[in-house]
Amino acid sequence: MSKLEFPNCPSELIYMDNNATTIVAQEAIDEMLPYLKLNYGNPSSIHKLGAAAGNAVDRARDQVMNLLGVESPLELVFTGSGSESDNMAIIGTLHAYPEKKHIVTTVVEHPAVMGLCRELEKHHGIEVTWLDVDSKGRLDLAQLRDSLRDDTALVSVMAANNETGVIFPYEEIGKIVKERGIIYHVDAVQAAGKLPLNMSSSTIDLLSISAHKLHGCKGVGALYVRRGTKLRPLIVGGHQERGRRAGTENVPGLVAFGKACELAAEQLENENSFVRNLRDRLENKIIATVPDCRINGVVDKRLPNTTNISFDYIEGEGILLMLNLAKIAASSGSACTSGSLEPSHVLKAMGIPFISAHGSIRFSLSRFNSEAEVDYVAAVMPQIIEKLRSITPFNQERKTF
Amino acid sequence: MWDYTEKVMDHFMNPRNVGKLENADGVGEVGSMSCGDALRLMFKLDENQKICEAKFQTFGCGSAIASSSILTEMIIGKTLEEASKITNENIADELGGLPREKMHCSVMGREALEEAMIDYYTKQGKEIPCTLIKQDVEICHCFQVKTSTVRNAVLQYKLKDIEDVTHYTKAGGGCKQCHHDIQHVIDDCWEEMGSGLVQLESKPVGNGDSELIRELLENDIARALRTDGGDIELVEIRGKEVHVKMIGACASCPSSQATIKGWVEAQLKENVDSDITVIEVKS
Repeated sequence: MSKLEFPNCPSELIYMDNNATTIVAQEAIDEMLPYLKLNYGNPSSIHKLGAAAGNAVDRARDQVMNLLGVESPLELVFTGSGSESDNMAIIGTLHAYPEKKHIVTTVVEHPAVMGLCRELEKHHGIEVTWLDVDSKGRLDLAQLRDSLRDDTALVSVMAANNETGVIFPYEEIGKIVKERGIIYHVDAVQAAGKLPLNMSSSTIDLLSISAHKLHGCKGVGALYVRRGTKLRPLIVGGHQERGRRAGTENVPGLVAFGKACELAAEQLENENSFVRNLRDRLENKIIATVPDCRINGVVDKRLPNTTNISFDYIEGEGILLMLNLAKIAASSGSACTSGSLEPSHVLKAMGIPFISAHGSIRFSLSRFNSEAEVDYVAAVMPQIIEKLRSITPFNQERKTF
Repeated sequence: MWDYTEKVMDHFMNPRNVGKLENADGVGEVGSMSCGDALRLMFKLDENQKICEAKFQTFGCGSAIASSSILTEMIIGKTLEEASKITNENIADELGGLPREKMHCSVMGREALEEAMIDYYTKQGKEIPCTLIKQDVEICHCFQVKTSTVRNAVLQYKLKDIEDVTHYTKAGGGCKQCHHDIQHVIDDCWEEMGSGLVQLESKPVGNGDSELIRELLENDIARALRTDGGDIELVEIRGKEVHVKMIGACASCPSSQATIKGWVEAQLKENVDSDITVIEVKS
C-alpha cells in the first residue's frame, strides 16, 4: 500500500477546530497582561489597585454589552464559563418559579444544557420536553408550540449548533415562547461573534456566551439577563455582580474577554464574508474531489465558519489522526474521538446513518485561517480518505456485515 | 488526543496484511456499526496446518486498525491451536499497550480470530475446540465486572439503561468510562431479544422441572462423567438456561463443549424440556 506523504506539510499547525476553542487574540493578551502583573487588585477593594481593577471590569462589561446590543450594565452578569451561564439561566429560573416544573429544550443542545436537563429530569422532578430535529438539523416550530404548558418554566434553545453550525430561528421561536409569557433562554456560545445579536430588540430573556469561543480566554463567560427577569443566583456569597454571581472577578480574563468582544464586533462583517468564503472554498473543494461524502445540516442556514462533512465507510478518528500528522487540527462526531466515547448525539438525532455519522469531520474556521491553508487541507483530504477506504471492509455495495 | 504508542501509530499508518484473501480457509466478521468498529479477518493454512497467510479489513479507529494489523502478524506461522491461545491482552501488549478505553479494539481482534477459526472448523465439518469459547472480558474496571455478568443481568431482568445495570451489577458505578461499552451490551441484548434470538417470554422451567434437572445432573449425568475422572455441578437455572460448571478432568477437557452440548443438553432436552440450553460457567 502506498505510504501517505504530505509534501507541503507546514511547520505550524493549521487550526480548524475553532468551535472547540480559539486562539486568544494578541490584542486581548496585550490588554490583559498588566492585570496579571501590575493592576492585580481586587475590584472590591477601596484602594487604588482595587479601583483600577474595578474600572477594567466596567470597561469589559461595556465591550461585551456592545457586541450583544445590551442596553444596561445591570443586564450583564459575568460568569466562569458558557456552561455556568447555561446552568445559571436554567437553575436560576426554576428556583425563581418553584411552582413550574416543566422545561422545553432540544435533542441537539450542547452537553451544558443537555446534561443539566437530564439531571433535572432524573433527580429533581422536572419534566423535560425534548424537541426533535429533522435530517437537516431543523426544528419543527409546531412541535414547539404544542409543547408549551402553563407550568413551563422556561424554553432553552441554542442559537447555533456547535457540531453542524445549523442556526435555529431563535427570534421566531422567541415570539412563540413570549406569546405564552414563558422565560426564554438562548445558548449563544457558538453564535456570538459570528451572528449579529441585538438584545435591545430581541425576544430573548437570557443569553449565554463564552469568551474562549471568540478569541478570549478560557474560564470566562457571561449571561445576559433581560431587565425584569426573575432569576435566583447559582453561586451565592459575596456581593459581586450585584449579588447575582458571587466570587472575586477574574479581572485579567474579563479584560481579555472585553477586548475579544470589541474585536469580534469589528470583525463580524469579515466573519460573514472572508471566513464564510474560506469555509465554502474548503467545502466545495472537498465535495468535488472526494467521492461519497456530504455536508451535514441545512446548507444555507449555518454559521459562516463551520462545516461538518460525512465521509462514508470509514471512521472519524483515523481521519483525525492522519490530519494531525499532516499538521491539521479538526474534530469529529465519531464515537472514538478524544475524551468522549459517545457517538455524536447531534448526528444521531438527525438520523444520519451510522456508516456516515462515524466518519464525520467538523472543520471550524476563524479569521486567522488563510486561503493557502484551506487549499492545503483540501489537497490532503482525498489521499487520507482514500487510504482509510483501502482498509475498510465496507463500500457502496456492502455497508454492513 | 489518545496517548497511542509508537507501535500503534506505526501499525495504523502502515498497516500490514490489509485486503481481501481469495479462497480463505477461515473468515471471521465481527463488530457493530453502532459502536463504530468492524473487522473482517481471513486466513489460509499451509500443508502443515499452519497459518501461512492472514489479511484483514477494518472499519474503526486508529487502535482498531492497529490491533487488526498486529493480529495478522501474530497469527502467521502459528497452528490454529497456537493461535487460539492469543488473548486480547496479548494483542494489546504486542502493541506496547492500549489506552484503557481502547481495550475493546483488542477484544474485537480476539473475537474476529475466534469467528474465523469457528468458520474454518464448521466448513471442514470438524468439532469446534472448547478453547474457542468466547473469552469473557472485564467491562467495568472500577468494580471488576465482567461483560457476561452485565449481559446476563440485562437479558434476565430486561434492563433498559445504564443506571439499571449499575444497580444490578455495580458495573458503571465508578468512573463511568465503561458507560459506552455497557450501552452497547444493552443495545445488543435488546436487539437479540427483539429478533427472537433470546426468547423474551419463554416460560421458565417449573419447580418440578428444576428438581428433575437437578436429579438428572447429580445422578445419571455426574455419575457417567465421574467414570472419566470428571464431574459436573449445577450452578443455577435461569429460565430455560441451565448453568453448569465442569469439574476435574472435564474442566480441562478439550471436548467439554461437545460433552455439554452434545450429551448433557441432549439428556435434559429429552427428559425435561426441549427448549433447555446448557451453558458452561467458567470458574
